[in-house]
Amino acid sequence: MKAHLLVALLLSACKPAPEKELIVFAASSLKDVFGGLGATFRQQHPEAQVSFNFAGTQELRTQLEHGAPADVFASADVRHMAELERAGRVQASTLFAKNELVLAVSREASVSVKRLEDVPSLERIVMGGPDVPIGQYTRELLQRASTSSLGPDFVARFEAHVVSKELSARQVLARVSLGEAQAAFVYRTDALSVADAGVAIVPVGDELRVVADYPIAIVTKPAHPALAAAWLELVHSAEGQRQLSSAGFVPVAP
Amino acid sequence: MTKWRRQHLVLAGIGGLLALYLFAPLVVLVASTGEGFFHGLAHPLVWPALKLSLSTTLTSLAVVVTLGTPLAWVLARSSSRGARVLESLLQLPVVVPPAVAGVALLLTFGRRSLLSAAFSPDGWSPSFTSLAVVMAETFVSAPFFLQAAISAFRRIDGNLVTVARTLGASPLRIFFSIGLPLAAPGLLAGGATSWARALGEFGATLMFAGNLEGRTQTLPLAIYTALETDLKVAQSISVVLIVAALALLLLVRLVTKERSP
Repeated sequence: MKAHLLVALLLSACKPAPEKELIVFAASSLKDVFGGLGATFRQQHPEAQVSFNFAGTQELRTQLEHGAPADVFASADVRHMAELERAGRVQASTLFAKNELVLAVSREASVSVKRLEDVPSLERIVMGGPDVPIGQYTRELLQRASTSSLGPDFVARFEAHVVSKELSARQVLARVSLGEAQAAFVYRTDALSVADAGVAIVPVGDELRVVADYPIAIVTKPAHPALAAAWLELVHSAEGQRQLSSAGFVPVAP
Repeated sequence: MTKWRRQHLVLAGIGGLLALYLFAPLVVLVASTGEGFFHGLAHPLVWPALKLSLSTTLTSLAVVVTLGTPLAWVLARSSSRGARVLESLLQLPVVVPPAVAGVALLLTFGRRSLLSAAFSPDGWSPSFTSLAVVMAETFVSAPFFLQAAISAFRRIDGNLVTVARTLGASPLRIFFSIGLPLAAPGLLAGGATSWARALGEFGATLMFAGNLEGRTQTLPLAIYTALETDLKVAQSISVVLIVAALALLLLVRLVTKERSP
Protein backbone atom coordinates (compact mmCIF):
# COMPACT_ATOMS: atom_id res chain seq x y z
CA MET A 1 0.00 0.00 0.00
CA LYS A 2 2.68 2.43 1.03
CA ALA A 3 4.79 1.46 -1.96
CA HIS A 4 1.89 2.27 -4.24
CA LEU A 5 1.56 5.66 -2.68
CA LEU A 6 5.25 6.33 -3.17
CA VAL A 7 5.10 5.30 -6.82
CA ALA A 8 2.07 7.51 -7.36
CA LEU A 9 3.87 10.42 -5.75
CA LEU A 10 6.95 9.90 -7.90
CA LEU A 11 4.82 9.67 -11.01
CA SER A 12 2.95 12.83 -10.22
CA ALA A 13 6.25 14.63 -9.64
CA CYS A 14 7.50 13.47 -13.04
CA LYS A 15 4.28 14.28 -14.83
CA PRO A 16 4.91 16.80 -17.61
CA ALA A 17 3.56 20.33 -17.22
CA PRO A 18 -0.13 20.84 -18.15
CA GLU A 19 -0.59 20.16 -21.83
CA LYS A 20 -1.44 23.73 -22.69
CA GLU A 21 1.46 25.51 -21.07
CA LEU A 22 3.24 28.02 -23.27
CA ILE A 23 6.81 28.67 -22.12
CA VAL A 24 8.22 32.07 -23.03
CA PHE A 25 11.91 32.91 -22.55
CA ALA A 26 12.33 36.68 -22.53
CA ALA A 27 15.00 39.29 -21.87
CA SER A 28 14.81 40.73 -18.36
CA SER A 29 13.83 44.16 -19.70
CA LEU A 30 10.58 42.65 -21.03
CA LYS A 31 9.46 41.50 -17.60
CA ASP A 32 6.73 44.06 -16.90
CA VAL A 33 5.28 44.35 -20.38
CA PHE A 34 5.24 40.60 -21.04
CA GLY A 35 3.58 40.07 -17.68
CA GLY A 36 0.76 42.34 -18.88
CA LEU A 37 0.62 40.64 -22.28
CA GLY A 38 0.39 37.31 -20.46
CA ALA A 39 -2.87 38.44 -18.84
CA THR A 40 -4.24 39.47 -22.24
CA PHE A 41 -3.15 36.13 -23.69
CA ARG A 42 -4.96 34.17 -20.99
CA GLN A 43 -8.13 36.11 -21.73
CA GLN A 44 -7.85 35.20 -25.40
CA HIS A 45 -6.88 31.59 -24.67
CA PRO A 46 -8.57 30.59 -21.43
CA GLU A 47 -7.46 26.99 -21.87
CA ALA A 48 -3.77 27.90 -21.92
CA GLN A 49 -1.21 28.78 -19.28
CA VAL A 50 1.80 31.02 -19.86
CA SER A 51 5.07 30.57 -17.96
CA PHE A 52 7.89 33.04 -18.27
CA ASN A 53 11.62 32.73 -17.81
CA PHE A 54 13.10 36.22 -17.54
CA ALA A 55 16.89 36.60 -17.46
CA GLY A 56 19.76 38.24 -19.29
CA THR A 57 19.47 37.47 -23.02
CA GLN A 58 22.93 35.85 -23.05
CA GLU A 59 21.92 33.54 -20.20
CA LEU A 60 18.70 32.50 -21.94
CA ARG A 61 20.71 31.82 -25.09
CA THR A 62 23.03 29.50 -23.13
CA GLN A 63 20.01 27.73 -21.66
CA LEU A 64 18.43 27.29 -25.11
CA GLU A 65 21.71 26.01 -26.53
CA HIS A 66 21.67 23.35 -23.84
CA GLY A 67 18.16 22.28 -24.69
CA ALA A 68 16.06 24.12 -22.12
CA PRO A 69 12.37 23.59 -22.94
CA ALA A 70 10.82 26.73 -24.39
CA ASP A 71 8.32 27.64 -27.07
CA VAL A 72 9.18 31.28 -27.70
CA PHE A 73 12.34 33.35 -27.24
CA ALA A 74 12.33 37.16 -27.10
CA SER A 75 15.81 38.67 -27.15
CA ALA A 76 17.09 42.14 -26.27
CA ASP A 77 19.57 42.12 -29.15
CA VAL A 78 19.87 40.71 -32.64
CA ARG A 79 23.32 39.16 -32.22
CA HIS A 80 22.32 36.45 -29.72
CA MET A 81 19.19 35.71 -31.75
CA ALA A 82 21.22 35.43 -34.97
CA GLU A 83 23.56 32.93 -33.28
CA LEU A 84 20.60 30.78 -32.23
CA GLU A 85 19.11 30.98 -35.72
CA ARG A 86 22.44 29.96 -37.22
CA ALA A 87 22.62 26.99 -34.84
CA GLY A 88 19.12 25.96 -35.89
CA ARG A 89 17.79 26.33 -32.35
CA VAL A 90 15.07 28.85 -33.29
CA GLN A 91 13.01 29.56 -36.39
CA ALA A 92 13.26 32.80 -38.37
CA SER A 93 12.94 35.80 -36.04
CA THR A 94 11.03 39.04 -36.48
CA LEU A 95 11.58 42.43 -34.84
CA PHE A 96 8.74 43.40 -32.53
CA ALA A 97 10.00 46.39 -30.55
CA LYS A 98 12.77 48.90 -30.15
CA ASN A 99 14.16 50.43 -27.01
CA GLU A 100 16.48 53.33 -26.27
CA LEU A 101 19.26 53.87 -23.80
CA VAL A 102 18.98 56.60 -21.20
CA LEU A 103 21.07 57.45 -18.17
CA ALA A 104 19.33 56.45 -14.94
CA VAL A 105 20.50 58.44 -11.92
CA SER A 106 19.83 57.47 -8.31
CA ARG A 107 17.73 59.66 -6.04
CA GLU A 108 20.82 60.81 -4.10
CA ALA A 109 22.88 61.67 -7.17
CA SER A 110 20.06 63.25 -9.16
CA VAL A 111 20.72 66.61 -7.51
CA SER A 112 24.18 66.89 -9.02
CA VAL A 113 23.79 64.97 -12.27
CA LYS A 114 21.61 66.75 -14.79
CA ARG A 115 23.56 66.19 -17.99
CA LEU A 116 25.90 63.53 -19.37
CA GLU A 117 28.80 65.95 -18.81
CA ASP A 118 28.29 65.49 -15.04
CA VAL A 119 28.72 61.72 -15.15
CA PRO A 120 32.52 61.48 -14.74
CA SER A 121 32.23 63.28 -11.39
CA LEU A 122 30.38 60.25 -10.00
CA GLU A 123 32.09 57.56 -7.98
CA ARG A 124 29.92 54.50 -8.52
CA ILE A 125 28.71 53.60 -11.99
CA VAL A 126 27.49 50.14 -12.99
CA MET A 127 27.05 48.60 -16.40
CA GLY A 128 26.26 45.23 -17.97
CA GLY A 129 28.87 42.52 -18.46
CA PRO A 130 30.54 42.04 -21.85
CA ASP A 131 27.96 39.56 -23.17
CA VAL A 132 24.88 41.13 -21.66
CA PRO A 133 23.00 43.20 -24.27
CA ILE A 134 22.77 46.24 -21.96
CA GLY A 135 26.56 46.03 -21.54
CA GLN A 136 27.11 45.89 -25.29
CA TYR A 137 24.77 48.81 -25.94
CA THR A 138 26.54 50.81 -23.23
CA ARG A 139 29.89 50.13 -24.88
CA GLU A 140 28.43 51.18 -28.22
CA LEU A 141 27.26 54.43 -26.64
CA LEU A 142 30.67 55.02 -25.06
CA GLN A 143 32.34 54.50 -28.41
CA ARG A 144 30.17 57.24 -29.87
CA ALA A 145 30.90 59.42 -26.87
CA SER A 146 34.64 59.26 -27.48
CA THR A 147 34.26 61.16 -30.75
CA SER A 148 31.50 63.44 -29.48
CA SER A 149 31.45 66.81 -27.81
CA LEU A 150 31.83 65.03 -24.44
CA GLY A 151 35.53 64.78 -25.21
CA PRO A 152 37.93 61.90 -25.79
CA ASP A 153 38.59 61.32 -22.08
CA PHE A 154 34.91 60.81 -21.21
CA VAL A 155 35.14 57.05 -21.77
CA ALA A 156 38.25 56.60 -19.62
CA ARG A 157 36.73 58.65 -16.81
CA PHE A 158 33.48 56.70 -17.07
CA GLU A 159 35.22 53.33 -17.00
CA ALA A 160 37.42 54.31 -14.08
CA HIS A 161 34.30 54.60 -11.95
CA VAL A 162 32.57 51.39 -12.99
CA VAL A 163 32.19 49.36 -9.79
CA SER A 164 30.26 46.33 -11.03
CA LYS A 165 29.36 44.52 -14.24
CA GLU A 166 25.92 43.04 -13.80
CA LEU A 167 24.47 40.03 -15.59
CA SER A 168 21.11 41.39 -16.67
CA ALA A 169 19.55 44.75 -17.48
CA ARG A 170 17.28 44.43 -14.46
CA GLN A 171 20.22 43.89 -12.12
CA VAL A 172 21.85 47.05 -13.49
CA LEU A 173 18.60 48.87 -12.83
CA ALA A 174 18.27 47.48 -9.29
CA ARG A 175 21.70 48.85 -8.34
CA VAL A 176 20.57 52.36 -9.27
CA SER A 177 17.08 52.17 -7.80
CA LEU A 178 18.50 50.85 -4.49
CA GLY A 179 21.00 53.71 -4.43
CA GLU A 180 23.98 51.34 -4.37
CA ALA A 181 25.19 52.75 -7.68
CA GLN A 182 24.78 56.39 -8.62
CA ALA A 183 24.15 55.98 -12.31
CA ALA A 184 23.98 53.53 -15.20
CA PHE A 185 22.91 53.46 -18.80
CA VAL A 186 19.67 51.46 -18.90
CA TYR A 187 16.73 50.93 -21.23
CA ARG A 188 14.25 53.78 -21.22
CA THR A 189 11.46 51.31 -20.37
CA ASP A 190 13.36 50.08 -17.31
CA ALA A 191 14.13 53.61 -16.13
CA LEU A 192 10.44 54.55 -16.45
CA SER A 193 9.43 51.56 -14.36
CA VAL A 194 11.41 52.76 -11.32
CA ALA A 195 10.50 56.45 -11.47
CA ASP A 196 8.64 55.85 -8.17
CA ALA A 197 11.95 55.03 -6.48
CA GLY A 198 13.18 58.52 -7.29
CA VAL A 199 15.36 57.39 -10.19
CA ALA A 200 15.89 60.33 -12.54
CA ILE A 201 16.25 60.02 -16.29
CA VAL A 202 18.86 61.91 -18.26
CA PRO A 203 18.28 61.55 -22.00
CA VAL A 204 21.38 60.84 -24.08
CA GLY A 205 20.62 63.05 -27.07
CA ASP A 206 20.75 62.33 -30.78
CA GLU A 207 24.54 62.37 -31.04
CA LEU A 208 24.93 59.25 -28.84
CA ARG A 209 21.56 57.66 -29.51
CA VAL A 210 21.71 53.86 -29.30
CA VAL A 211 18.66 51.86 -30.34
CA ALA A 212 18.12 48.33 -29.06
CA ASP A 213 16.29 45.97 -31.42
CA TYR A 214 14.14 43.23 -29.89
CA PRO A 215 13.64 40.17 -32.07
CA ILE A 216 11.27 37.32 -31.24
CA ALA A 217 11.20 33.77 -32.59
CA ILE A 218 9.54 30.40 -32.13
CA VAL A 219 12.04 27.74 -31.17
CA THR A 220 12.70 24.82 -33.48
CA LYS A 221 10.19 22.06 -32.74
CA PRO A 222 8.17 23.84 -30.05
CA ALA A 223 6.01 21.74 -27.74
CA HIS A 224 3.04 24.01 -28.44
CA PRO A 225 3.34 25.40 -31.98
CA ALA A 226 -0.17 26.83 -32.12
CA LEU A 227 0.16 28.69 -28.81
CA ALA A 228 3.63 29.91 -29.77
CA ALA A 229 2.29 31.31 -33.03
CA ALA A 230 -0.58 32.91 -31.12
CA TRP A 231 1.91 34.61 -28.77
CA LEU A 232 3.86 36.08 -31.69
CA GLU A 233 0.61 37.21 -33.22
CA LEU A 234 -0.37 38.95 -29.99
CA VAL A 235 3.01 40.68 -29.67
CA HIS A 236 2.78 41.99 -33.24
CA SER A 237 -0.95 42.86 -32.99
CA ALA A 238 -2.29 46.37 -32.50
CA GLU A 239 -3.07 45.54 -28.86
CA GLY A 240 0.39 44.08 -28.25
CA GLN A 241 2.12 47.05 -29.83
CA ARG A 242 -0.08 49.39 -27.80
CA GLN A 243 1.00 47.73 -24.55
CA LEU A 244 4.65 47.79 -25.60
CA SER A 245 4.36 51.43 -26.50
CA SER A 246 2.73 52.39 -23.21
CA ALA A 247 5.60 50.65 -21.40
CA GLY A 248 7.99 52.98 -23.22
CA PHE A 249 9.08 50.73 -26.09
CA VAL A 250 9.16 52.08 -29.61
CA PRO A 251 6.72 49.97 -31.63
CA VAL A 252 7.82 48.66 -35.00
CA ALA A 253 5.79 49.28 -38.15
CA PRO A 254 4.02 46.11 -39.26
CA MET B 1 22.95 -16.62 -2.52
CA THR B 2 21.28 -16.45 0.84
CA LYS B 3 18.12 -14.49 1.33
CA TRP B 4 19.92 -12.21 3.74
CA ARG B 5 22.54 -11.37 1.21
CA ARG B 6 20.02 -10.82 -1.58
CA GLN B 7 18.08 -8.33 0.45
CA HIS B 8 21.25 -6.59 1.42
CA LEU B 9 22.15 -6.23 -2.27
CA VAL B 10 18.74 -4.74 -3.02
CA LEU B 11 19.27 -2.08 -0.36
CA ALA B 12 22.76 -1.36 -1.64
CA GLY B 13 21.41 -1.08 -5.17
CA ILE B 14 18.76 1.46 -4.20
CA GLY B 15 21.25 3.50 -2.19
CA GLY B 16 23.77 3.27 -5.00
CA LEU B 17 21.42 5.21 -7.26
CA LEU B 18 21.80 8.27 -5.08
CA ALA B 19 25.57 7.90 -4.90
CA LEU B 20 25.69 7.61 -8.68
CA TYR B 21 23.54 10.68 -9.06
CA LEU B 22 25.84 12.66 -6.76
CA PHE B 23 29.07 11.58 -8.43
CA ALA B 24 28.17 11.38 -12.11
CA PRO B 25 27.82 15.13 -12.82
CA LEU B 26 31.16 15.90 -11.17
CA VAL B 27 32.89 13.09 -13.07
CA VAL B 28 31.33 14.26 -16.34
CA LEU B 29 32.42 17.82 -15.61
CA VAL B 30 36.02 16.85 -14.96
CA ALA B 31 36.20 14.31 -17.80
CA SER B 32 34.67 16.60 -20.42
CA THR B 33 37.03 19.43 -19.52
CA GLY B 34 39.99 17.28 -20.53
CA GLU B 35 42.80 19.04 -22.30
CA GLY B 36 40.78 22.24 -22.55
CA PHE B 37 41.64 22.72 -18.87
CA PHE B 38 44.88 24.68 -19.31
CA HIS B 39 43.50 26.63 -22.22
CA GLY B 40 40.52 27.60 -20.06
CA LEU B 41 42.76 28.61 -17.17
CA ALA B 42 44.67 30.97 -19.46
CA HIS B 43 41.55 33.13 -19.88
CA PRO B 44 42.05 36.64 -18.46
CA LEU B 45 39.05 36.18 -16.13
CA VAL B 46 40.69 33.38 -14.19
CA TRP B 47 43.87 34.67 -12.58
CA PRO B 48 42.41 37.83 -10.93
CA ALA B 49 39.47 35.77 -9.67
CA LEU B 50 41.77 33.10 -8.25
CA LYS B 51 43.89 35.68 -6.45
CA LEU B 52 40.81 37.46 -5.11
CA SER B 53 39.19 34.23 -3.96
CA LEU B 54 42.36 33.20 -2.11
CA SER B 55 42.89 36.54 -0.39
CA THR B 56 39.27 37.10 0.60
CA THR B 57 38.64 33.55 1.84
CA LEU B 58 41.88 33.54 3.87
CA THR B 59 40.85 36.85 5.43
CA SER B 60 37.36 35.63 6.24
CA LEU B 61 38.82 32.39 7.62
CA ALA B 62 41.11 34.41 9.91
CA VAL B 63 38.15 36.47 11.13
CA VAL B 64 36.00 33.39 11.67
CA VAL B 65 38.69 31.51 13.61
CA THR B 66 39.80 34.48 15.72
CA LEU B 67 36.31 35.48 16.80
CA GLY B 68 34.66 32.09 16.49
CA THR B 69 37.00 30.09 18.72
CA PRO B 70 36.31 32.08 21.92
CA LEU B 71 32.59 32.14 21.12
CA ALA B 72 32.51 28.37 20.60
CA TRP B 73 34.45 27.86 23.86
CA VAL B 74 32.05 29.96 25.88
CA LEU B 75 29.00 28.29 24.34
CA ALA B 76 30.43 24.80 24.83
CA ARG B 77 31.23 25.45 28.50
CA SER B 78 27.98 27.16 29.34
CA SER B 79 25.03 25.09 30.51
CA SER B 80 22.47 27.88 30.41
CA ARG B 81 19.38 27.70 28.23
CA GLY B 82 20.25 31.01 26.63
CA ALA B 83 23.49 29.51 25.34
CA ARG B 84 21.60 26.58 23.77
CA VAL B 85 19.18 28.96 22.07
CA LEU B 86 22.02 31.16 20.82
CA GLU B 87 23.85 28.08 19.54
CA SER B 88 20.83 27.08 17.48
CA LEU B 89 20.29 30.59 16.16
CA LEU B 90 23.92 30.81 15.07
CA GLN B 91 23.19 27.98 12.63
CA LEU B 92 20.64 30.12 10.79
CA PRO B 93 23.01 31.29 8.04
CA VAL B 94 23.51 27.61 7.09
CA VAL B 95 19.86 27.03 6.30
CA VAL B 96 18.96 30.49 5.05
CA PRO B 97 19.36 30.81 1.26
CA PRO B 98 22.44 32.85 0.26
CA ALA B 99 20.19 35.30 -1.59
CA VAL B 100 18.51 36.09 1.74
CA ALA B 101 21.94 36.70 3.26
CA GLY B 102 22.66 39.06 0.36
CA VAL B 103 19.50 41.08 0.92
CA ALA B 104 20.11 41.18 4.67
CA LEU B 105 23.68 42.43 4.23
CA LEU B 106 22.53 45.01 1.71
CA LEU B 107 19.85 46.35 4.07
CA THR B 108 22.23 46.43 7.02
CA PHE B 109 25.40 47.72 5.38
CA GLY B 110 24.18 49.13 2.04
CA ARG B 111 24.15 52.74 0.94
CA ARG B 112 20.71 53.45 2.31
CA SER B 113 21.12 51.63 5.62
CA LEU B 114 21.01 53.44 8.95
CA LEU B 115 24.53 52.22 9.65
CA SER B 116 25.83 53.77 6.48
CA ALA B 117 24.18 57.09 7.32
CA ALA B 118 25.81 57.00 10.74
CA PHE B 119 29.29 56.52 9.22
CA SER B 120 29.20 59.59 7.03
CA PRO B 121 26.62 62.00 5.65
CA ASP B 122 27.43 60.85 2.10
CA GLY B 123 26.60 57.31 3.14
CA TRP B 124 29.74 55.15 3.09
CA SER B 125 29.22 51.47 2.41
CA PRO B 126 31.46 48.47 1.83
CA SER B 127 29.35 47.41 -1.15
CA PHE B 128 31.35 47.01 -4.39
CA THR B 129 34.61 46.54 -2.43
CA SER B 130 36.63 43.44 -1.58
CA LEU B 131 35.61 44.04 2.04
CA ALA B 132 32.03 43.28 1.02
CA VAL B 133 33.23 39.96 -0.40
CA VAL B 134 34.95 39.10 2.89
CA MET B 135 31.80 40.07 4.81
CA ALA B 136 29.60 37.84 2.65
CA GLU B 137 32.02 34.93 3.00
CA THR B 138 32.31 35.39 6.75
CA PHE B 139 28.55 35.49 7.13
CA VAL B 140 27.90 32.23 5.33
CA SER B 141 30.97 30.27 6.48
CA ALA B 142 31.21 31.11 10.20
CA PRO B 143 28.43 28.74 11.33
CA PHE B 144 30.29 25.75 9.87
CA PHE B 145 33.35 26.55 11.97
CA LEU B 146 31.28 27.30 15.06
CA GLN B 147 29.44 24.00 14.87
CA ALA B 148 32.65 21.99 14.57
CA ALA B 149 34.44 24.02 17.26
CA ILE B 150 31.60 23.73 19.77
CA SER B 151 31.44 19.96 19.46
CA ALA B 152 35.24 19.71 19.63
CA PHE B 153 35.28 21.71 22.87
CA ARG B 154 32.40 19.60 24.26
CA ARG B 155 34.37 16.41 23.78
CA ILE B 156 37.04 17.65 26.21
CA ASP B 157 36.80 15.82 29.53
CA GLY B 158 35.11 18.19 31.97
CA ASN B 159 37.21 16.85 34.84
CA LEU B 160 40.34 18.30 33.28
CA VAL B 161 38.84 21.76 33.44
CA THR B 162 37.60 21.26 37.00
CA VAL B 163 41.00 20.06 38.17
CA ALA B 164 42.76 22.96 36.46
CA ARG B 165 40.38 25.37 38.12
CA THR B 166 40.92 23.92 41.62
CA LEU B 167 44.66 24.21 40.99
CA GLY B 168 44.09 27.92 40.46
CA ALA B 169 44.35 28.23 36.66
CA SER B 170 42.70 31.35 35.22
CA PRO B 171 39.94 31.06 32.58
CA LEU B 172 42.34 32.34 29.91
CA ARG B 173 45.00 29.82 30.97
CA ILE B 174 42.44 26.99 30.80
CA PHE B 175 41.32 28.15 27.35
CA PHE B 176 44.87 28.33 25.96
CA SER B 177 46.46 25.34 27.76
CA ILE B 178 43.58 22.84 27.79
CA GLY B 179 40.85 23.98 25.39
CA LEU B 180 42.91 24.88 22.34
CA PRO B 181 45.39 21.96 22.31
CA LEU B 182 42.80 19.27 23.00
CA ALA B 183 40.30 20.60 20.48
CA ALA B 184 42.93 21.38 17.83
CA PRO B 185 41.97 18.60 15.36
CA GLY B 186 38.28 19.54 15.55
CA LEU B 187 39.11 23.22 15.10
CA LEU B 188 41.26 22.39 12.09
CA ALA B 189 38.49 20.32 10.52
CA GLY B 190 35.98 23.10 11.22
CA GLY B 191 38.31 25.65 9.66
CA ALA B 192 38.65 23.52 6.53
CA THR B 193 34.89 23.05 6.15
CA SER B 194 34.24 26.72 6.68
CA TRP B 195 36.98 27.63 4.21
CA ALA B 196 35.39 25.36 1.60
CA ARG B 197 32.05 27.07 2.11
CA ALA B 198 33.64 30.52 1.78
CA LEU B 199 35.36 29.50 -1.47
CA GLY B 200 32.00 28.49 -2.91
CA GLU B 201 30.09 31.56 -1.75
CA PHE B 202 28.13 33.04 -4.66
CA GLY B 203 24.67 34.45 -4.01
CA ALA B 204 25.36 36.86 -1.19
CA THR B 205 28.55 38.06 -2.88
CA LEU B 206 26.78 38.80 -6.17
CA MET B 207 24.02 40.71 -4.40
CA PHE B 208 26.06 42.60 -1.85
CA ALA B 209 29.50 43.02 -3.41
CA GLY B 210 28.76 43.21 -7.12
CA ASN B 211 30.79 41.71 -9.94
CA LEU B 212 34.03 43.41 -11.02
CA GLU B 213 37.24 41.68 -12.08
CA GLY B 214 40.02 41.96 -9.52
CA ARG B 215 37.84 43.59 -6.90
CA THR B 216 34.70 41.56 -6.24
CA GLN B 217 34.65 38.85 -8.90
CA THR B 218 35.58 35.65 -7.05
CA LEU B 219 35.92 32.23 -8.72
CA PRO B 220 32.20 31.30 -8.47
CA LEU B 221 31.22 34.69 -9.96
CA ALA B 222 33.80 34.19 -12.70
CA ILE B 223 32.19 30.82 -13.49
CA TYR B 224 28.83 32.49 -13.85
CA THR B 225 30.23 35.29 -15.98
CA ALA B 226 32.23 32.91 -18.19
CA LEU B 227 29.34 30.49 -18.66
CA GLU B 228 27.84 32.73 -21.31
CA THR B 229 31.05 33.46 -23.18
CA ASP B 230 33.13 30.35 -23.00
CA LEU B 231 31.88 27.19 -21.36
CA LYS B 232 35.41 25.75 -21.25
CA VAL B 233 36.55 28.59 -18.99
CA ALA B 234 33.64 27.95 -16.64
CA GLN B 235 34.53 24.24 -16.65
CA SER B 236 38.21 24.84 -15.94
CA ILE B 237 37.43 27.07 -12.96
CA SER B 238 34.94 24.47 -11.73
CA VAL B 239 37.63 21.80 -11.87
CA VAL B 240 39.95 24.00 -9.81
CA LEU B 241 37.22 24.42 -7.19
CA ILE B 242 36.46 20.68 -7.15
CA VAL B 243 40.15 19.90 -6.57
CA ALA B 244 40.32 22.50 -3.78
CA ALA B 245 37.18 21.10 -2.19
CA LEU B 246 38.52 17.55 -2.45
CA ALA B 247 41.78 18.58 -0.78
CA LEU B 248 39.92 20.27 2.08
CA LEU B 249 37.67 17.23 2.45
CA LEU B 250 40.69 14.94 2.68
CA LEU B 251 42.21 17.20 5.32
CA VAL B 252 39.02 16.98 7.37
CA ARG B 253 38.98 13.16 7.06
CA LEU B 254 42.63 12.94 8.07
CA VAL B 255 42.41 15.07 11.19
CA THR B 256 39.12 13.58 12.37
CA LYS B 257 40.40 10.02 11.78
CA GLU B 258 43.53 10.69 13.81
CA ARG B 259 41.43 11.60 16.79
CA SER B 260 38.85 8.86 16.83
CA PRO B 261 40.30 5.47 17.88
